[in-house]
Amino acid sequence: MPEPGPWWSALLLPAVVAVFAAGACSLDAALRARTAGAPGPAAAALLPVRSAAGLLVQQRRRTPAADTLLWRTAGVALLAAGVLASLVTPLGRWSVGDLSVGIVWFNAMEIVAWGAVWLAGWGANSMFGLVAGYRFVAQGLAYELPHMFALTSAAIGAGSLRVADVVAAQRDLWFVVWMPVAFVVFLLTVLAMAFRPPFDQPTGQDVAGGVLAELSGVDRLVFLAGRWVLLVSGAGMAVALFLGAGGGPLLPGWLWSVLKTAAVLAVLVWAGHRLPAVRMERFAEVAWLVLIPATLLQALFVSILVL
Amino acid sequence: MSLQDYLLLAAALFSVGLFGALSQQSIVMIMMGLELMINAVLVGSAAFWYFAAPDRPDGQVVVVLAVTAMAIEMAVGFAVTTAVFRARDVDMTDMAADLRG
Amino acid sequence: MCPVWREIVFWLCAAGAVASGIVVFRVDSMARATFALLASFLFGAGTILLVELTYLGILVVLMMIMEMVIMVVFMVMYMMNPAGLMPMSMLHNQKGSLAIAGGTFAVLAAGVYLVDWPTSRAPRPEQPVYSLGEALMGSKMLVMIVLGLALFATIVATVVLATHRGRYDRYGDRLDRDRPDDPVRGGVGR
Repeated sequence: MPEPGPWWSALLLPAVVAVFAAGACSLDAALRARTAGAPGPAAAALLPVRSAAGLLVQQRRRTPAADTLLWRTAGVALLAAGVLASLVTPLGRWSVGDLSVGIVWFNAMEIVAWGAVWLAGWGANSMFGLVAGYRFVAQGLAYELPHMFALTSAAIGAGSLRVADVVAAQRDLWFVVWMPVAFVVFLLTVLAMAFRPPFDQPTGQDVAGGVLAELSGVDRLVFLAGRWVLLVSGAGMAVALFLGAGGGPLLPGWLWSVLKTAAVLAVLVWAGHRLPAVRMERFAEVAWLVLIPATLLQALFVSILVL
Repeated sequence: MSLQDYLLLAAALFSVGLFGALSQQSIVMIMMGLELMINAVLVGSAAFWYFAAPDRPDGQVVVVLAVTAMAIEMAVGFAVTTAVFRARDVDMTDMAADLRG
Repeated sequence: MCPVWREIVFWLCAAGAVASGIVVFRVDSMARATFALLASFLFGAGTILLVELTYLGILVVLMMIMEMVIMVVFMVMYMMNPAGLMPMSMLHNQKGSLAIAGGTFAVLAAGVYLVDWPTSRAPRPEQPVYSLGEALMGSKMLVMIVLGLALFATIVATVVLATHRGRYDRYGDRLDRDRPDDPVRGGVGR
């Protein structure tokens, strides 16, 4: 049964999230190196460290008449929201803040990405950035609504919006067993909300990097970190809501949480390399006509079982 | 932090919104004023629930109502703007005053 | 939270909400105006969270972020000068509006301090969201039904108002086309 951790756990949270994000980033780099046929995945896994250090010392690029305030806000908001989304995620027995409406909190923090990506596109005063920002806004509802209904299924299953109650309800049977549709849709939309491939149109090659086109130096580092942290938060929440959080034999709860989160994160990153990119207008219709009804039926199924 | 403080905040938000709704010419800016006024309703009804009647859910229901009203206002407002703009290339209230007596 | 801190947080939120509300009508950039409005809503949500309405407070945060991101699209679309790079005034009757708004504030503020507001000693529910849910599904069911109907009517009305393509454009004058003729094809093979 998760309980609020001690006060210093709030300081620990960003560190834990950062370690996960760094791991996912290294895995991503290693996978990309393997695809490219470059030797030594171990060396490739260290590439993110080098590029992060490079970004730290890089001078900022300027664009004429950029809206610097909004542009900088974008990265900071994305990073802060990504970390805050993990506020309610339990690690074994502890979570930093077990809000009574933790699931809604998580969703609210993920939605910040929506605004942040548009701001990053707008602030640069560059055409490609703006196009890419609008891409994400246009897709927003197609991502958010299935996501919301998947979250709703888990909440109905536990009869509570508190993450601790959802975890407690999974002591005997993980939610993934009787809500597989919600689980799969949740993972898909987590990828989409973090605009990771195959949903990476906001940063696509066809718009010269999109919202990342003009970002440079520390701003770019913060924005990219925020994107990884958002993915980590999504993976952590998937473990808490569908995979029984810290439940498991032999090992202590926190270790189970870490292992499961790492596994889900690895699957998400791997899927990003394996799945073909989905064209936006296609996915929008699939989301509205297939995913939303499917998650609604899943919620109905869960409601009937619970009753 | 008392009911009076909250209502004062709501009154201030309402007045700012009213100023915007009255003084702006562009339809979309008028809608921002309206949203600010509904924000005042949110704050006010939440305060009434907490200080005046926490044992009854009415205050919370009003908050839900106001949030929905805001969503409807925005959706219909932009739809009308789109329709007007498409028909006549107009986005200012002063140019869409056909019903003036 | 101890009372002093609540007091400080409340006044910070209140000042922030009003200040960013004023900023909405002062800036030239529509993106800034919209996100200033969002800031005003977030500060407002802060005061709602202070009165222990956790669910409604976070709901306001969630909905307002979504709404403002949609709103900004239209703001940029329908303003002549969305980025505010060429400052221009889009106001009319500024003095009159200011007088009316100021007068309204004066009347409301006087009312706030003159009226003897009711207070309640009733115990506050442990989980306000439960009482809200039970009310919406029970004694206040009518509200929920009306809201549902109104939202549905809104969906229909907005689509009718905003779209310029009807079924005759999609399926031909005799409605006999097998596949609709859409400018953008969707993903489920229609």
